[in-house]
Amino acid sequence: MTRTATRNPVETTAVRQVEAPPPVGGRGRRRLLDQARAYAFLIGGLICFALFSWYPAIRAVVIAFQKYTPGSSPEWVGTANFTRVWHDPEFTAAWRNTLVFTLLALLIGFAIPFVLALVLNELRHWKAFFRVVVYLPVMIPPVVTALLWKWFYDPGAGLANETLRFLHLPTSNWSNGTDTALISLVIVATWANLGGTVLIYLAALQSIPGELYEAAELDGASLLQRVRHVTIPQTRFVILMLMLLQIIATMQVFTEPFVITGGGPESATVTVLYLIYKYAFLYNDFGGACALSVMLLVLLGAFSAVYLRLTRSGEDDL
Amino acid sequence: MSTRTLLSPAALARPRGRAVYWTVFTGVVVLFALAFLFPVYWMVTGAMKSPDEIAQTPPTIIPKHWHLSGYTDAWDLMQLPEHLWNTVVQAAGAWAFQLVLCTAAAYALSKLKPAFGKLILGGILATLMVPAQALVVPKYLTVADLPLIHTSLLNDPLGIWLPAVANAFNLYLLKRFFDQLPRDVMEAAEIDGAGKLRILWSIVLPMSRPVLGVVSIFALVAVWQDFLWPLMVFSDTDKQPISVALVQLSQNIQLTVLIAAMVIASIPMVAMFLVFQRHIIAGISAGSTKG
Repeated sequence: MTRTATRNPVETTAVRQVEAPPPVGGRGRRRLLDQARAYAFLIGGLICFALFSWYPAIRAVVIAFQKYTPGSSPEWVGTANFTRVWHDPEFTAAWRNTLVFTLLALLIGFAIPFVLALVLNELRHWKAFFRVVVYLPVMIPPVVTALLWKWFYDPGAGLANETLRFLHLPTSNWSNGTDTALISLVIVATWANLGGTVLIYLAALQSIPGELYEAAELDGASLLQRVRHVTIPQTRFVILMLMLLQIIATMQVFTEPFVITGGGPESATVTVLYLIYKYAFLYNDFGGACALSVMLLVLLGAFSAVYLRLTRSGEDDL
Repeated sequence: MSTRTLLSPAALARPRGRAVYWTVFTGVVVLFALAFLFPVYWMVTGAMKSPDEIAQTPPTIIPKHWHLSGYTDAWDLMQLPEHLWNTVVQAAGAWAFQLVLCTAAAYALSKLKPAFGKLILGGILATLMVPAQALVVPKYLTVADLPLIHTSLLNDPLGIWLPAVANAFNLYLLKRFFDQLPRDVMEAAEIDGAGKLRILWSIVLPMSRPVLGVVSIFALVAVWQDFLWPLMVFSDTDKQPISVALVQLSQNIQLTVLIAAMVIASIPMVAMFLVFQRHIIAGISAGSTKG
């Protein structure tokens, strides 16, 4: 499900109330009991976070410097994993593909929902219908979406080429051509995910005060000028949030290349996460997989930090 | 909402404005039908075509003969009941674990002032910066051999359930909601002699229905839609959820049967969406404006 731009880690500190004096003598024990009670509630969640979030993050860094095979004791190998991964011919391809994918997803996958939301916001009829239909693909399991488009992209009787033939246009190799494979996957990702972006952006559009448009119109601003000088500045914050979230999400793309192209043709669609998967489960090289994970982690962590910083500073500086 | 948007009501009321409006409106309806509904229609009807008909060019828009055998074959040949059941068990368990453990932890962090509470919350929020997918390999190694107790959760639904609890987003959503609940009600209950668990159960939870609904939907959808993690956890074919099974079986199965299986796999989430669409859409929309 799309993560909405809600994360706002500003902590609301409750006003501390004046506490009644505790019964004489039992203060220390009482506090200890309170703590024990608090931790009884906390412990289950705490263990899960420790085991499945904190520990793996530390482990990724440790194993990145080890030769690690499950079952035998690990050996320290220094930066050997990093240099080996670095010299893998697929390494450059994977990073290039991931970055191009992210960039294209940002261009196509952001421009389209942006324009769609602008248009939808002007329509006064069938509002519920449009919202449901645009969000429908998000609810279809990603695996089904990927398999569905794999079938559409079939060079023979696939819907994509049938449509081109119907329109008397030259057919394409789609996901089977080295130069078209990546963009084909971007189309799938855009189709599958734009619903969330449209809905969030629509909500942001509805919070723009109508007087601003009125004032702009009185000043003689044309439609495009109103978009440029009222709509965009007023929703700048949401636009930035959605863009960062999209970058973070698309940098981790895996299902589409794995299901539709298997990374091919000729590594044209191998992504970083796919390469991590290959290192771990095809080459049984967990050290290499963790070295790659650390690289991805550092990059995504930087983007996430920007995202969190922006949400923290909030909308008040608009 | 009838607030004024880009276009003024006056411009829309003019004959020319009205003509343009209805042209754009029709265009958007056609575009939506072609872009979002037609692929779904193509999938649902494709499964009803015969194997010859589906390979035919140009394709038939409406199946010549309606076969239900694609669906029945998928149900029987691909062991769909088994895989659907696995998915239900995994999703329901993840939901239950998340609801119980995340709610309890959020309640403790919000109301019980545990020692190092700030530090723990900081640690949980920090995991938001570390996108989950980037850590799947070390997470897999941890699940394959849990520290201290040296047990493997591979091929076990617990391998889905427990990691699902470490969801900082849902936990934070709950904590923030609990922070906003009025203190005086809880203090009154405490004076009346209610314990912490009683306060959570009888006061906090009934007041938190909206946020519990949102967290529940997020939790269910996340597990139902996930692919990479269950792919790693379940190497055992009998235990795989439907998403993994579909991909594994897609290689050597007849196209119409595969498409039918894809339709069946989509039905639960799409049905849930259509039933709760108002709440889901309102939830997504509300998120953005609050910031």
